[in-house]
Amino acid sequence: MTSARIQSLLVSFYIFLFFLFLFAPLMMMGTAAFNDVEFPQVVPWEGFTWRWFPALLEDDLMMEGIRNSIWIGIGVMVVSVPIGLAAAILMTQVHRKFQTIYYTIVVSPVLMPGVILGISTLVFWDRLGTFVNADYDTFFYSGMFLTIIGQSTFISAYTMLIFLARLQRFDRTQEEAALDLGATHVQVFWKVLMPFLRPAIFSAMGLAFLTSFENYNTTVFTIQADSTLTTVLAGKVRMGTQPDLAALAVLIIAVTLVGAIAIEVTRRREQAKAEAAREEALRLEKAADLPLAEQAAQ
Amino acid sequence: MTGFFRRNGIVISTYLLLAVFVWVAIMIVLPQAYMLDFSFRFNLPPGKIGGPEDVYTLKNYRYLLFGRPGDEAMFNVLHLTVFLRTIIASIFVTLINFAICYPIAYYIAQVAKGGQARALILILILPFWVNEILRAFAFRILFGTSGVINAFLQTFGIIDQPIDFIRADIALYAGLSYAYILLMVFPLYNAIESLDHNQVEAARDLGSPWWRIHWRVVMPHAKPGIASGCTLVFMLTAGALAAPQILGGPSSFWFTQIIYRWFNTGGNWPQGAAYAIVLLLACLIFVLTVMRLFKVSLGEIAK
Amino acid sequence: MSADVDLDHVTIRFGDFTAVQDAHLGIKGGEFFSFLGPSGCGKTTILRAVSGFLEPTEGDVRIGGQSMRGIGPNKRPTALIFQNLALFPLMSVADNIAFGLEVRGVGKAERRKRADELLDLIALQGQGDKKVSELSGGQKQRVAIARALAVEPEVLLLDEPLSALDLKLRQHMRTELRAIQQRVGITFIYITHDQGEALTMSDRIAVMSQGVIQQVGTGADVYENSQTSFVASFVGENNPFVGRITAVDSNYAVVESTFGPLRGRNLSGLRTGDQAMLFVRPESLSYLNGGTVPENTIQSTVVNSEFEGSFFSVFLQGEGSKSIVMSMTNSGDLPAFEQGAAATVGFQADRAVVLPVGEVADE
Repeated sequence: MTSARIQSLLVSFYIFLFFLFLFAPLMMMGTAAFNDVEFPQVVPWEGFTWRWFPALLEDDLMMEGIRNSIWIGIGVMVVSVPIGLAAAILMTQVHRKFQTIYYTIVVSPVLMPGVILGISTLVFWDRLGTFVNADYDTFFYSGMFLTIIGQSTFISAYTMLIFLARLQRFDRTQEEAALDLGATHVQVFWKVLMPFLRPAIFSAMGLAFLTSFENYNTTVFTIQADSTLTTVLAGKVRMGTQPDLAALAVLIIAVTLVGAIAIEVTRRREQAKAEAAREEALRLEKAADLPLAEQAAQ
Repeated sequence: MTGFFRRNGIVISTYLLLAVFVWVAIMIVLPQAYMLDFSFRFNLPPGKIGGPEDVYTLKNYRYLLFGRPGDEAMFNVLHLTVFLRTIIASIFVTLINFAICYPIAYYIAQVAKGGQARALILILILPFWVNEILRAFAFRILFGTSGVINAFLQTFGIIDQPIDFIRADIALYAGLSYAYILLMVFPLYNAIESLDHNQVEAARDLGSPWWRIHWRVVMPHAKPGIASGCTLVFMLTAGALAAPQILGGPSSFWFTQIIYRWFNTGGNWPQGAAYAIVLLLACLIFVLTVMRLFKVSLGEIAK
Repeated sequence: MSADVDLDHVTIRFGDFTAVQDAHLGIKGGEFFSFLGPSGCGKTTILRAVSGFLEPTEGDVRIGGQSMRGIGPNKRPTALIFQNLALFPLMSVADNIAFGLEVRGVGKAERRKRADELLDLIALQGQGDKKVSELSGGQKQRVAIARALAVEPEVLLLDEPLSALDLKLRQHMRTELRAIQQRVGITFIYITHDQGEALTMSDRIAVMSQGVIQQVGTGADVYENSQTSFVASFVGENNPFVGRITAVDSNYAVVESTFGPLRGRNLSGLRTGDQAMLFVRPESLSYLNGGTVPENTIQSTVVNSEFEGSFFSVFLQGEGSKSIVMSMTNSGDLPAFEQGAAATVGFQADRAVVLPVGEVADE
């Protein structure tokens, strides 16, 4: 056995270990979700059961949390996508001198611990509420509102980065061409820029929703008397709980797997389509220009 | 400024400026400023806020250092220990994370072929779609006294009594290292991927051993990625709340848990704000140190 | 409808940099007018000022006699064809062409009808539903023209639109552009660094260098009667000879060059004692093998010669290793130019111009 061969075996073994580590928790949950014992465990195996899945639906607290998480996710999408888009467009236009300082400010929420964002949002709106003498049932003290704002603070930076990446490939002359053809600035925005950004808008919306849905650190401070899926889960996990949590995880994994595969398949299909279009154009280029060129040469 | 309006038109210009103003001023800058302000105030009932008693004080910071006035101990040993332990453990977790992720990032970026690399990335992301709380929960199943690892070790007669991994904080460190793997792998991957593979080949041709190639060629090239990954992982680890709550032993605290208590059961927000400011400062110092050490700019870190 | 375009002492500065210095000229309605100059000479800046993407720092742009100050690009009666065409990749060919009508609120059926008419004009009948990416380079070019014509501009502005095409297609598109211009009859303002394009298509040309308009005239005019050393050296090939003027008579001047006195037309009123440059075109030089001796003769040796089909280029070296290019029509009985052979060449004074010493375009 050569040393190169040993080395490549070692590398393979390492990669195997790494992914084992990565997937071990999922496998644990995948197994615990179907184990017929009251406490979430893998061993000893007491027999296969589906019963933890229906149990999920009966858990009112969790259902309430999921509902709130969905509404907050939608709220975060509505707030953070327009903000991220505006911030990205501004970034491409901001004077070179101020670019660094602007960038530092707008990416700082990404680099800040989530708990800090939650606390600062809570404190700020609380003080503002006190200042304007708002009642306790106004939005100043609403857990849902504060959570949307608190999460959007850093999620807007994520969406901005997505838009920025896409905008870097935008050909500015298209904007000028549209203007030159008589479009107003608003028309340029809707008819030229938005269609170009469409994929980025969908990515940003998806990322915003999922990040919001997953968030715990910021939410746990801003949500106050309300609850989200993550705060309910955290409460339950600390109690010790039942295997229905594992069942929930299995559901999430299943949905994710299907989603990930669907995305990959569409991506491949679109790649193939683009490839075909390119070849067609190349073929046409030869077919169409040759007679013209020959004509010109005569 | 007139150029800006001329280029975007009134309507779009207004949207751009308004959206960014709301974000930067009302969501980023003012809340931080208020939190800072709040940390220098007394914990007053709502009626007294803005009244004559609402004055600035260093009391909240003093408390973190020296504890309650009149206590026997010189310092607030409990909280200071938790703070230091959080910082040191976070550095430790960051280093472990780097050690685990570097070979994988290198493999995907330089060794794996196109399709294989994409597949590996996909597999890598998959576990992270699951909620961080559920992930931490899975670690409990794995490391609990009646968990899989203990069962495995006992079955093979390696140990007689189950080991309490949770009390020993092993579950916590494993969970924290696991939680932010992606944020270490991707910056590393992006940085290493831009390295021309010919450079590695050239170094190998010149007879460099593999560790020297990494030390002298790959790592210097990946410096911004290393800085970025380490910063992100450190911050998120130091600021983690779910994993310590779920995986931490009964006696071991994470600094964020103390902050949480001030806001929750403790009901002393100014005190919590002061602790939050201290955590933020610690993170800031870490970022600045890393930027200094690696000689990279913030723009390169936050990509 | 076509409109006059007037540049009224237009100066455009970016900070300390002056991109256009006091451009002052009038373009007549229906004219095919070109701005010709090397990259960075300010020609694109002028175009952007006419189309409304930037305002002159000083002076005014007038279209159809009306000042354009404060009027944005979407309100001007101009349409611009961009260097990269800037077609909208996500729209169909027909939607591209009808975009200008769409934003003006023209109905769908009307838009489609107009797009089809224009597709006819550019010989792309029935291709309206294709994607832009499915078109060839030449077809994209024509779609860009149709898109600009759809809004019925009074002035069409073209920013080096042919530079992305290959040589043969470029030559073909020249003829096509000229034909389209004659058909629609509107003012064309054409920007190019390619003198061949400018000379073949334009009614008149403005030659620019370093932000300054050097000369305005017909193609023949700027070629034959270049008014500055830059124009003489940039438009077509030219052989410059530098020296002091020793004599001036009526419209001629004699320049004392390293080859002795050379005589040419004195277009800019130079006087005895002035430093000057005399320019002779390669085709104005003739090889003197015993025939009539023109006024000016130059002794040189042959460096090499290139056969180019309809003509020959002969590279000569004269006094002080100055290189001279001569081109001769391939009449079939040319002598063999052997390397190192002595050659006497000459030219008529009418075929040479004497100009003040100035900037020379580098090849």
